[in-house]
Amino acid sequence: MIVDKRFLVPLLGFMLLVAVLALGFKLRDPHLLPSQMLNRSLPAFSLPRLGDPSKTWSEKDLYGKVSLLNVWATWCPSCVQEHPQLMRISREEDISVFGINYNDDTAKALAWLQRYGNPFQLNIADHDGQLAIDLGVYGAPETFLVDAKGVIRYRHVGVVDEHVWADIFAPMIAELNRQAGGS
Amino acid sequence: MQIFRYLLVFVLMSGPAANAAIDAYVFPSKDLRVRYYDLIEQLRCPQCLNTNLAGSDAMIAQDLRREVHRMILEGQTDAEILQFMHHRYGDFVLYKPRFNYSTWVLWLAPGMVFCVAMAGCIVMVRRRQGQRSVSLSDPDRQRLDQLLKDKA
Repeated sequence: MIVDKRFLVPLLGFMLLVAVLALGFKLRDPHLLPSQMLNRSLPAFSLPRLGDPSKTWSEKDLYGKVSLLNVWATWCPSCVQEHPQLMRISREEDISVFGINYNDDTAKALAWLQRYGNPFQLNIADHDGQLAIDLGVYGAPETFLVDAKGVIRYRHVGVVDEHVWADIFAPMIAELNRQAGGS
Repeated sequence: MQIFRYLLVFVLMSGPAANAAIDAYVFPSKDLRVRYYDLIEQLRCPQCLNTNLAGSDAMIAQDLRREVHRMILEGQTDAEILQFMHHRYGDFVLYKPRFNYSTWVLWLAPGMVFCVAMAGCIVMVRRRQGQRSVSLSDPDRQRLDQLLKDKA
């Protein structure tokens, strides 16, 4: 069968379009939104401490040292998966680990920490998702790398496992500490 | 035919479910309520790939609807509320994205494709007009006459 070659042009164009779009989906998970918060200061907040609602935490309590700010919840299965790594980081690494207990129930959250261990130096009870919205959070777990002055340097959506730690967080933290030491 | 009855029930029941969000938010005036529904229609749920705040039951969509309601009651303008969302969730959250360096392709591509297609059409038409004026060479004309005569 002889086909006029010109008729192949639209077909090739269409195949090219499909290839570009497929590649776009493959290279970048469409669920991951680019963070708006990079290089911005932590939003101001004043929220109850988990398990001690008479007192509050504010953004200033997170200053002073490079820290991880981890958004977690008992309804989030991936948080259980991530938890051992947070335990290891808080034990072995020279970094503060802070928690935002996101849209959760205090009793459940405390029982969860009792059961799995508590890697957090402090835990913010964000049970209306107020701080989470100000941080542009849309799920859990999410982890922010915050420098000593309270500026957000990196945001990771999803589980921080050993690879994420070794490939992304550890080098960035080393760099932040080097800059802080140099200046 | 039993299956059709089940299907009918399913179809009738899935109508309301498609518009999942049912919050009992109270507004002091109809205008504010209209603005609220307008805003949650045009804001995209950050967790869902293609659902607006109005149509999503995701936790973040519920929280953001509550924020929209709060800000409307506080007297903020639509522009301020959209800015609030854009500041936190970026272009993704706006179903009508702003024109900037990362969205210009999105905005201009249809126009550019149209221009290219028009240019292609014009070129093709011109070329065909040129072909029409080509006349047969003398030997070809004699052959054509011969063929027509044979046929007759």
